[in-house]
Amino acid sequence: MREISEHILDIAQNSVVADASEITLSVLADTAKDLLTVTILDNGKGMDAAMVESVLSPFTTSRTTRKVGLGIPMFRETALTANGSFDITSAPGKGTGVTATMEISNIDRPPLGALADTMHILITSNPDIDFIIRMACDAREEVLDTREVRTVLGSVALNNPEVSAWIREALTEMNDKVFGGENI
Amino acid sequence: MKSLAELAAIRDKALGDVQVRTEKDGTRIVVGMATCGIAAGARPVLTAFLEEVAKRELKGVTVTQTGCIGVCRLEPIVEVYKPGEERVTYVKVTPDMVPKIVSQHIVNGSPVVENTIGYVENR
Ligand SMILES: Nc1ncnc2c1ncn2[C@@H]1O[C@H](COP(=O)(O)OP(=O)(O)OP(=O)(O)O)[C@@H](O)[C@H]1O
Ligand SMILES: [Mg+2]
Repeated sequence: MREISEHILDIAQNSVVADASEITLSVLADTAKDLLTVTILDNGKGMDAAMVESVLSPFTTSRTTRKVGLGIPMFRETALTANGSFDITSAPGKGTGVTATMEISNIDRPPLGALADTMHILITSNPDIDFIIRMACDAREEVLDTREVRTVLGSVALNNPEVSAWIREALTEMNDKVFGGENI
Repeated sequence: MKSLAELAAIRDKALGDVQVRTEKDGTRIVVGMATCGIAAGARPVLTAFLEEVAKRELKGVTVTQTGCIGVCRLEPIVEVYKPGEERVTYVKVTPDMVPKIVSQHIVNGSPVVENTIGYVENR
């Protein structure tokens, strides 16, 4: 993957497939600690301990179109290469959390990339799933919660073209406020 | 978060929209976003479709993604569904191909044959 955003899109796709109704995506940067933390948390069907163990190796998948799963091992590789860590916690019937950390200054760390576009794609392609998007850099923090958006919208769908455009703008503003000017 | 007042105005406009369209009457552009699709650059392709559709203010055209199209060596893959027509599958799509696919196929109804799966596979 060329961007961390692409990993987030891919890992969140697992949450969609796992029938999550709520997905939290957070991207937190702490420049003093030189630490970037990315978390994808869902309330989907979860995995037992043995499954978690095995998905970290690139040979486990419940896909039927290809024999090996790649998404998780690739993200793990990216995190470890950038001198970070990678962790999955999961419980059957409860959900799954994937956390990757990276050194911000590490030359092997891919850029965040098109974070706003990525989150926008996830939200509008899955209009029935609630997303909580959290971006933070040091003291700056912004949150977009589609449950709040939904409260305003009533019967109008999240993927209505104008609503979709609003969401994209909202995410772009958040991204600029939080990460604008930072080389992350 | 961005102003919710603006969102309320969008809602009121949508609710007042007399022209009721059902999703299945429209054209669907579906971009494959499984791991190898994303790795091959599917995300910028989807954004390019969204922008092109918005720029031309096309009504009844939806752009979505699926995690389930999967032939790695042909990614990024894009499927176009037009009502009453057979599905057209584009392969190895890049953002610069998008304006042509939208103008020639989505708007004017004739697929960009040289980027379709049948053409690329039999070359
Ligand atoms: N959030 C999740 N909830 C439940 N199961 C999950 C979750 N994430 C991953 N899994 C399980 O782990 C497997 C491996 O995931 P991984 O993303 O590495 O590969 P994949 O999704 O199978 O294929 P791809 O290479 O397209 O990503 C999945 O097939 C699924 O069974
Ligand atoms: Mg996956």
